[in-house]
Amino acid sequence: MHSVVCIKQVPDSAQIRVHPVTNTIMRQGVPAIVNPYDLFALEEALRLKDQLGGTVTVLSMGPPMAEAALRKCLAFGADDAILVSDRAFAGSDTLATSFALAATIRKIQENMPVDLIFTGKQTIDGDTAQVGPGIAKRLDFQLLTYASKIVAVSPAEKRITVERRAEGGVQVLETRLPCLITMLEGTNEMRFGDMADLFRAARTPVKVWDREAAGIDDPGSVGLKGSPTVVSKVFAPKPRAKRAEIVETADNDPAGLAVTLLAKVFTQHPKLDRELTKTVG
Amino acid sequence: MNDTVKKPAKKKVELDPRFAGYKGVWVFIENERGQVHPVSWELLGEGRKLADALGVELAGVVMGPPGERLAAICQEAFAYGADLCYLASHPALADYRNEPYTQGLTALVNAYQPEILMLGASTLGRDLAGSVATTLGTGLVADCTELVIEADTRNLASTRPTFGGSLLCTIMTQRHRPQMATVRPRVMAMPEADPARNGRIVEHPLAFVEDAIVTKVLEFIADDTRDKPNLPFADIIVAGGRGLKRPENFQLVWELAKVLGAEVGASRPVVQAGWAELDRQVGQSGKTVRPKLYIAAGISGAIQHRVGMDGADVIIAINNDPNAPIFDFAHFGIVGNAMQILPALTHAFSAHLAQARKAG
Repeated sequence: MHSVVCIKQVPDSAQIRVHPVTNTIMRQGVPAIVNPYDLFALEEALRLKDQLGGTVTVLSMGPPMAEAALRKCLAFGADDAILVSDRAFAGSDTLATSFALAATIRKIQENMPVDLIFTGKQTIDGDTAQVGPGIAKRLDFQLLTYASKIVAVSPAEKRITVERRAEGGVQVLETRLPCLITMLEGTNEMRFGDMADLFRAARTPVKVWDREAAGIDDPGSVGLKGSPTVVSKVFAPKPRAKRAEIVETADNDPAGLAVTLLAKVFTQHPKLDRELTKTVG
Repeated sequence: MNDTVKKPAKKKVELDPRFAGYKGVWVFIENERGQVHPVSWELLGEGRKLADALGVELAGVVMGPPGERLAAICQEAFAYGADLCYLASHPALADYRNEPYTQGLTALVNAYQPEILMLGASTLGRDLAGSVATTLGTGLVADCTELVIEADTRNLASTRPTFGGSLLCTIMTQRHRPQMATVRPRVMAMPEADPARNGRIVEHPLAFVEDAIVTKVLEFIADDTRDKPNLPFADIIVAGGRGLKRPENFQLVWELAKVLGAEVGASRPVVQAGWAELDRQVGQSGKTVRPKLYIAAGISGAIQHRVGMDGADVIIAINNDPNAPIFDFAHFGIVGNAMQILPALTHAFSAHLAQARKAG
């Protein structure tokens, strides 16, 4: 079994702040992490390797600093790490990103055929969930999104059965390998790499491939040129014109505050009062 | 790397002449086992505005297994504002699968050439939209919160939250068609249905055969919906956040919710701390809600949370910090200790309802 896990280094969104005057993102000091959703994908690939043997390759596209995220994945137990990094990729949207990653995976396949590609369900910075499907379509792999469980894999027969979170229920799907799976969050728990993994990770180099090494001949197929979408404006959300009406009483006793609040709300929104009494009362 | 950090475009970009003939606004009408996802009707409401701004027709795309149900769905789509529906039926479309739906929708786009194609950002819609956009090689903007036609270029300007909702960005697809967008359920308002409206149905045959479709559905296990929270469609939501200090205090949220017949919501930090299930998380990485009344207790109102509940008709906020951002966009506020205010509210609402019962 050879699994390729696509990961992305993202800023820890919980710590992003917007500059109050310039309305731009303040990136300084925001720690970079492995996209948390991708760790469920990596863990699933490592579990399959535990069961069936084989190789787990982690792959990322990003600036040189993204090497740190791949190192982290090696320490968790991945065997091999490839960073595709080139100035030509700057400004890539999801379509151009899936183009570059698909090209890289084709290149990886020249050395070792790929049975499974894993991604997280989405990233926490872009939130698009588009790159996984994009890679699958470009490689003509079967696509299984929002997988909640891998039920069975038979490398010999090239078959896989997974449970997939669908609207209103769970689909049990069977398909052919190779395929691309996007893993749902909460489906497993990331292991701690053991000491052997840590030592091995320290010795394993992260391979850095530029555009040509990734097998992309035309620079126009990636970066801004290869991206049909263009960001025309970035801005902070507008504050609402009016702030909340703060309810106060002479002593600010909770019971009195609650009664005063209800009176205010229901006087200004009599319809809400009627609907509430109708449904609950 | 990221679709959100590019330098703003300055010069005007011309449409590729290949797409000059692309016309009309389409909404994919998502239905599974005959049930239409309400986000499709919300999108028709939004699509109507875009089609009117462009002076073009609004079409629904209805796909599924053969049977009378699809024609009935088309009629409903007309009631919600569609001028026509493209109907593609095939036995292979009985359950949602990526391959036949991608092939089918791509074939329809190539045959009838719409300038805009919108889908709900559901699990199905996201799976399908990403696949169709890649197959067509066009631009797709996920989770839009605002869609506007630029008057001078007739391009679609799609605005979406980015970086976990800390910022908004407006994205254009200037050279390619269709311009694709997904919108999360409850972000757009549900339009009024007009059963008297009618439209025409264009049936389109699909050529594929089941044997050529690789992925098979072995089983569908329907969710047990009896105890499942359904926040996006709840009329009243009482939500708790980190200001409640301890997991056992979250019970106070439940008590108020019980009196109001409300659903219980939660902010991201308390879901991550395990005080509430993931299905209850409101915000950018959780559910978008549109209740008539939203009570936020001990929630600071970070933008991640705000983008999920801004559409509520009435927002009441309780927070002990008078400078908490939630007071910037709530309608009513109490500055105080949520652990004391919540039980007082529970009592006040019970008394109010009891009185209304007596009077009624």
